Amino acid sequence: MLNLLTILRNVALVLGVLAIVANRLHSGEISVAVASNFGNTIRALVAEYQASSEDEIKLILGSTGKLYAQILHGAPFDVFLAADEQRPKLLEEESITISDTRFTYAIGRLVLWSKRSDLVDSKGSVLEAGDFRFLSIAHPKLAPYGQAAKEVLMKMDLWEALAPKLVFGENVGQAFHFISSGNAELGLIAHSQILQPGSLTEGGSRWLVPSNLHSPIEQQAVQLSEKPESRRFLAFLKNEPALKIIREYGYDTP
Amino acid sequence: MFSEPDLIALSLTLKLALLSTFILLIVGTPLAWWLTVSRWPLKFVVETVIALPLVLPPTVLGFYVLIALGPNGPIGGFMELIGARSFAFTFSGLVFGSVLYSLPFVVQPLQNAFQAIGSRPFEVAATLGASPLDRFFSVAIPLAKPGFITATALGFAHTMGEFGVALMIGGSIPGETKVASIAIYEHVEALEYDRAHLLSLTLLAFSFIVLAIVYSSRRRFSLIPS
Amino acid sequence: MSIEGQFQLQKGKFKLDVDLKAPVEGVTALFGPSGSGKTTLLRLIAGLELDSKGSLKIGEEIWQDDQEFLPAHKRRIGYVFQEDNLLPHLNVKGNIEYGWKRSSEKGTTKSLQQAIELLGIEELLSRKPATLSGGERQRVAIARALATRPKLLLMDEPLAALDRSRKEEILPFIDSIHRNLEIAVIYVTHASDEIARLADHLFLMENGRFIANGKIDNMLTRLDLPLSHSDEAESIVDADVREYDATYKLNYLDCAAGRFTVSGNQLRIGESVRLRIAARDVSLTLEPPRNTSILNIFPATVDKLMPKGGSQMTVRLKMADHLLLSRITRKSVDNLGLREGDIVYAQIKSVAVFS
Repeated sequence: MLNLLTILRNVALVLGVLAIVANRLHSGEISVAVASNFGNTIRALVAEYQASSEDEIKLILGSTGKLYAQILHGAPFDVFLAADEQRPKLLEEESITISDTRFTYAIGRLVLWSKRSDLVDSKGSVLEAGDFRFLSIAHPKLAPYGQAAKEVLMKMDLWEALAPKLVFGENVGQAFHFISSGNAELGLIAHSQILQPGSLTEGGSRWLVPSNLHSPIEQQAVQLSEKPESRRFLAFLKNEPALKIIREYGYDTP
Repeated sequence: MFSEPDLIALSLTLKLALLSTFILLIVGTPLAWWLTVSRWPLKFVVETVIALPLVLPPTVLGFYVLIALGPNGPIGGFMELIGARSFAFTFSGLVFGSVLYSLPFVVQPLQNAFQAIGSRPFEVAATLGASPLDRFFSVAIPLAKPGFITATALGFAHTMGEFGVALMIGGSIPGETKVASIAIYEHVEALEYDRAHLLSLTLLAFSFIVLAIVYSSRRRFSLIPS
Repeated sequence: MSIEGQFQLQKGKFKLDVDLKAPVEGVTALFGPSGSGKTTLLRLIAGLELDSKGSLKIGEEIWQDDQEFLPAHKRRIGYVFQEDNLLPHLNVKGNIEYGWKRSSEKGTTKSLQQAIELLGIEELLSRKPATLSGGERQRVAIARALATRPKLLLMDEPLAALDRSRKEEILPFIDSIHRNLEIAVIYVTHASDEIARLADHLFLMENGRFIANGKIDNMLTRLDLPLSHSDEAESIVDADVREYDATYKLNYLDCAAGRFTVSGNQLRIGESVRLRIAARDVSLTLEPPRNTSILNIFPATVDKLMPKGGSQMTVRLKMADHLLLSRITRKSVDNLGLREGDIVYAQIKSVAVFS
């Protein structure tokens, strides 16, 4: 009994401390929920932002779908950077966002990538040759990059022919991992993924898919709280220094 | 009722669970027996490794299995060496992952059952002329019957519900690696809640029935000591 | 057949170190207090102790030496444990057939039938072990061992877990084993009444060593050994049944010392039986007693005297080639002025007969 009481008291203590810490986060600091594919980019952006601002930015990375569900159920995020335009739109319709704050902060580009340096040519004709066992893409139903990959294959009239060779990642991150682990020879993934510094992407071969082969992958942001910090941060994302970084990381900008 | 892709996913799940359970029993029985009788001082390392899936997130296991299956991994490398095709994104790969993942659920009940027999029946059998292998089949296996029922049911039910490994190494290929749990996940992510419900309830009912069979048979065993 | 063995074994603080050399015929008993290493020695002989060092030769067969270790399942033995003998998943028939099917007897049902009849378990064949009494279980275990026709039957206190009447139910069966089947038995016990009744040869153990061994009648009456000092000290005499007096219901049995008169049911004429005589049932007189109710009176020579406690004496008597123990008070010894070599008359109040 004594032990149980001690444990309960300790738990109460820990919870108390956590509550205090959580409270302190609200002064001068905002939480930004970010789609995973934008992870490295946002870190670079935050570094740039904080060179000229006192605001603290806390990042929460996750898949757009999960972050969306969390926001829908009251997660205390201040800004949402999604990987698509659909979820921000849905949130807007639910009146969870601050009105008129939705905008496209980056436009994703697809790349056909292989770790092998001799597989992918500069026109992507390897897809027609079909000389591989597995082509990795994100799930079209779940991920905007997957939807775009499907559109590319449809436009090239290869969707039916390549169907038996397709493996689906739950998101574009997993699609990337299928290739980087060597289990799939190549795949259609986000250009930003192979531009990440320190990634395992050197020495491979790639084809940057022309953006006219699929509808644009518009990654949209919305503001979720009235905090001035939120507004300031979103304003920063719309300006040239930020746009330059976004482009460096493999995205197009509006 | 079920859409065709969902039916395919369900039957694939059933096939996976049946085959994995079969392999689990074939692999798990000698393993559990060895763990019971071995006096090797480093045995605990093997026991720990087998128990890992109990505490590890299945995604961790799936992540490493995927790397192991890749051309630079030990298994993928070996397969390449002997000219075989890699397991990744195949039904065989899923069976492989599920067997690893469900191994403790089969090995532990069997090991407990073997240990509960004690040494006496084996000494009795030895003095009656039964060789070690003979004792294994004529004493260990029949006396561990309750353990086999538990192990079979747990292995089966656990494989049915397997998600993380299938997610990591499956690639969600319909009819090949897209099992029911993956289909459910995709339905939820795509906001198709009705179809998610239907599949989830089916899995729930199935697991309930399998476990109910175990617990009811356990009671029978304790009522009449064999 | 002879057994020649030599074992060393260390188990925690317990150390066993024995040199075993004996003819094994009839029943050889290993006797000693609990913890003396009897069971361990039996397990060594059976090959159940894997960490042992030593050697073992049964007849001409080498079961263990520096190079070889014949595993238990290849030794032609039967083993009856103190309890938990039966395989719980098999019924009585399955248990008995388990060993028989794996033995050289499997071609013929003769040994199987004989074992079932000898132990009287025909009625139990379809029963599961859990439904049997302790005595029934031991009988099944003995029958199961006998059905394999072992060279050596090893019994580890097979009666210790049973109450008195269950014990009486089984003892005659064990008694009849070597008589009817000519299977040598090594029998572990710490109950002296069991050895007096069953044993032909006796090894006394203490702290993992033998302290003495020899023929049973000698061992019971050796005054330097603990058996003769116990309150239950007894001696045995082997005798042949000669006549039966139906009027008085008396049996007459002859041995080298003369004729014993024993009341009770008729024994089989010509049969050789073992008479057990408790030391406290033997009183001594200097003159041949007259007008006494006691039927069995034999002249004897005082062989040796040994005090027991403060008030009693154990007197060993020589009666032809038999040795007999008598327990009387020290005062009586002094009153009679008993010395070694004196001629006395031993009055035997009661005799237990075992065939």
